[in-house]
Amino acid sequence: MSARAWLLSDMPGSRRQASLGQWYRNWLSFKGNPLAMTGLAVVVFLVLVAILAPILPLQSPTAQALADRLQPPSAAHWFGTDELGRDILSRIAWGARITLTIVIMVVVIVVPLGLLVGTVSGYVGGPLDIVLMRVTDIFMAFPRLVLALAFVAAIKPGLESAIIAIALTSWPPYARIARAETLTLRQADFVKAARLQGASPLRILWNHIVPLCTASVVVRMTLDMAGIILTAAGLGFLGLGAQPPLPEWGAMISTGRDYLLDQWWVATIPGLAIFVVSLGFNLLGDGLRDVLDPKRS
Amino acid sequence: MVLNGGRGGGHHRLLVSGVAYELLRFAAMLALTLLGLIFITFLIGRVVPIDPVLAVVGDRASAETYARVREELGIDLPIHQQFWLYLGKVVQGDFGTSVITSQTVLHDLRQYFPATLELATAATLIGVLAGVPMGVIAATHRGRWIDHVTRIVGLVGYSMPVFWMGMVGLLVLYSWLDLVSGPGRLDIAYDGLVEPVTGLLTVDSALSGDWDVFRNALSHLVLPAGLLGYLTLAYISRMTRSFMLGQLNQEYILTARAKGVPERRVVWRHALGNIMVPLITVIALSYASLLEGAVLTETVFAWPGLGLYITRSLFNADMNAVLGGTLLIGAIFVCLNVFCDMLYRLLDPRART
Repeated sequence: MSARAWLLSDMPGSRRQASLGQWYRNWLSFKGNPLAMTGLAVVVFLVLVAILAPILPLQSPTAQALADRLQPPSAAHWFGTDELGRDILSRIAWGARITLTIVIMVVVIVVPLGLLVGTVSGYVGGPLDIVLMRVTDIFMAFPRLVLALAFVAAIKPGLESAIIAIALTSWPPYARIARAETLTLRQADFVKAARLQGASPLRILWNHIVPLCTASVVVRMTLDMAGIILTAAGLGFLGLGAQPPLPEWGAMISTGRDYLLDQWWVATIPGLAIFVVSLGFNLLGDGLRDVLDPKRS
Repeated sequence: MVLNGGRGGGHHRLLVSGVAYELLRFAAMLALTLLGLIFITFLIGRVVPIDPVLAVVGDRASAETYARVREELGIDLPIHQQFWLYLGKVVQGDFGTSVITSQTVLHDLRQYFPATLELATAATLIGVLAGVPMGVIAATHRGRWIDHVTRIVGLVGYSMPVFWMGMVGLLVLYSWLDLVSGPGRLDIAYDGLVEPVTGLLTVDSALSGDWDVFRNALSHLVLPAGLLGYLTLAYISRMTRSFMLGQLNQEYILTARAKGVPERRVVWRHALGNIMVPLITVIALSYASLLEGAVLTETVFAWPGLGLYITRSLFNADMNAVLGGTLLIGAIFVCLNVFCDMLYRLLDPRART
């Protein structure tokens, strides 16, 4: 029996076969969506560039060569050079590491926090639910960029503050989603059965409810990543994100702004990088939603 | 966006009539959220590594002045007393004095807010007038090319760094092609010609019949408003599409079609009519987020609105101004949010059960 037939079998012989089969079916339906595949390709490319930046044959992202400043794109510098003669291609590649770091760090903070608040709020209910949801509303009501601005200003501009500020403003939707899912699951028969068997609330939450929230949370997360990238770039552009000489894309646009009229590439190319990467995440998220959460697309 | 209400409170309706109870509940919710908002800005203000006394008196003040102002500001009081002090001031509209403009922050906000309002309103108009029809047509032509175009237009809008697009737009449309006017709200030559009534330059100049100023203001407005309008369009068209898809599958649509109601009427009256409440919610929320999202756009276009005011104050360590601006935007956001919720529950009987 071929692997494909085994995976697509209507009568899986084991739990593992059933779950792998489900993954495979999802993959097949994902693969049929060219836009989603494009998104996946962009994201994979971003990750590869970010990981491989140190060993790729690139010039140093920080070495200055004032004799070569503001060179237009050429064979030696595919994307030209900036105001200090640094190779823009290399800075874009190294900047991918910063972008990816921000995205991953924000997600690592936000998803567990949102899941925790949402599932506990939905499962326990009562006054705790009201309090937690009120807090969520307050954070949700705060305009994202403005809160991040005030927060970054209050500590000090930099990569870490930017990450914390974005995380602080990004978790409420996850709590909302997790709570909504929990409310529908709380009265489900299998949860009641687990409760009758004497499972503790913690065990029910962790083993039964959290896994079922994952699909919606993953979809939301992928769609959110573009927003995170854009906010981070916005903070960088305003001079409140990663600080020079770090090759952060938003900060690169901000310095390129002074040369926009005569040396368009300095500002335009990092902007294109941000756009392509955000679009990649959005296409991927859109495709994932079609596969994992068909009722909402 | 439905807030968590809806449960409990049934027996209270015996005492107070339904609508009055709802209004009371929303008022309480609004007050509570605003209080939280003020508390967070207060906390942010507390952790700032800027000496608030020094910010008021300047670095040439004598030790006595310093001590007096320190006492006036209540820095030595316990933190909860400081919060009450802060709350009392904010409720009276006293956000302190801005260090750079040396005006009260409230005065500054009144000066800067109309510019943001004009930009956000123009952008919302563009987004709604183009986005709703696009969403409806995409839903009725699901899976066809026009649906895919709408999808791509939306995704591109979601992925665009607006400050960068603004820069590129200025480069191409202003510097190279000279089709629109540059940064700012007016050319200097037209500055101060029109008496501010609403503060919206296009409206004021139209009211006074000064069409030269109107044309100039419009040519400054069109690029930033177009950009933000595109972002709004991306959001509204996608939401409209998904709401419409939800309706078009319903049985009453089938019934209407079976009765021979013309398709145009089925789509634009029956289905669209039924999504009006959620659609208005979406539009109001996107309007609120525009008031905020304009921060980057205003920076790029040197548009003298709230966003520019906040960022400029930020770089001058003018925390009173920053927190006042943040609070104003946050409060508008919260009010619109609660307003939508209220609308939802008052107009749509299904949401009330």
